[in-house]
Amino acid sequence: MSAAAPLRYPGINLGSAHPETEEKSGELLFGFWVFLMSDAIIFGVLFATYAIMLHARAGGPGPQKLYDIKSAFMETLALLSSSFTYGMASVALKHGKRQRALIGWLFATLCLGGLFLRLEVGDFLSMFQQGAGPDRSGYLSAFFALVPLHGLHVTSGMIWMCALIGQIRRYGVDREVKLGLLRLGLFWHFLDIVWVVIFSFIYLGGLA
Amino acid sequence: MSPAAGGEQGGRSEYGRELRGYLWGYGLAILLTLLPFGLVKWAVLPEYGLYLAIGVCALVQVIVHFRFFLHIDPPRQNVDDLHLILFTGLLLFFMVAGTIWILTSLAERVSPSQGTFHASSLPETQR
Repeated sequence: MSAAAPLRYPGINLGSAHPETEEKSGELLFGFWVFLMSDAIIFGVLFATYAIMLHARAGGPGPQKLYDIKSAFMETLALLSSSFTYGMASVALKHGKRQRALIGWLFATLCLGGLFLRLEVGDFLSMFQQGAGPDRSGYLSAFFALVPLHGLHVTSGMIWMCALIGQIRRYGVDREVKLGLLRLGLFWHFLDIVWVVIFSFIYLGGLA
Repeated sequence: MSPAAGGEQGGRSEYGRELRGYLWGYGLAILLTLLPFGLVKWAVLPEYGLYLAIGVCALVQVIVHFRFFLHIDPPRQNVDDLHLILFTGLLLFFMVAGTIWILTSLAERVSPSQGTFHASSLPETQR
């Protein structure tokens, strides 16, 4: 395997060490990539909505009052670290001999994803307590359309991860589990990219 | 995590390269996170420079994530994947820039005294 081996699909390529995945991986991962790109369009349009609604406050509170930089920072670190631990899980899947390393890294990813959600829900609750729910102003409707949608994606990614851990326990690391882990990897890293745009333009842009 | 022994001759070096890739990606992403958060926290730049710095850090971090986490490496990549990224980028540009352009312009026409879409440009009942 030379350094210049072509990549057959987005994400880590399992390569010839996993011959059973070779046949289906190309089309499955391309199809999932198409889904992710369409999801990117949804997020992009919600960002545009947020941008034009930013000043439609209807006399309600604005970003400076509602956002907490410390909490946004902790959420960012949690999700970024979970992306890294998922990367380690991918490396363990590709090169590891034992299941324990793979399951360990997946559990670490789950814990960090859970921490992220716990912090994010805390943010939303504190906004609700200040009377800043989605019904307060156009700006807050746009905020609550975008940011919790990302949180919902993270939640579904975690459910998917639990299902895959269950499949590993039940069936071992077979072909379907490997292909599932490759797709979940794309999904999880994609969500981190969406979060980069959220923390930059919504949280930091709002607090700057 | 022992690298797959036997089989591939270059198994170990590929293992090392991929491990290093994730570590590089993580390190760079942390750096590109700390920088804009620090700039905002301690407000060391004038407003315009601050927005520019946040935007540049975000763009670079997105590229870092694509390169090291999603393994998008243009010369080696399947060309369909790259076409799809370009096409999505183009659509996003049209939709996002078009939405902001048209609706900002509309807000200006509705209320000539306001540069942007302020709540004060809405009728009293909607405030």
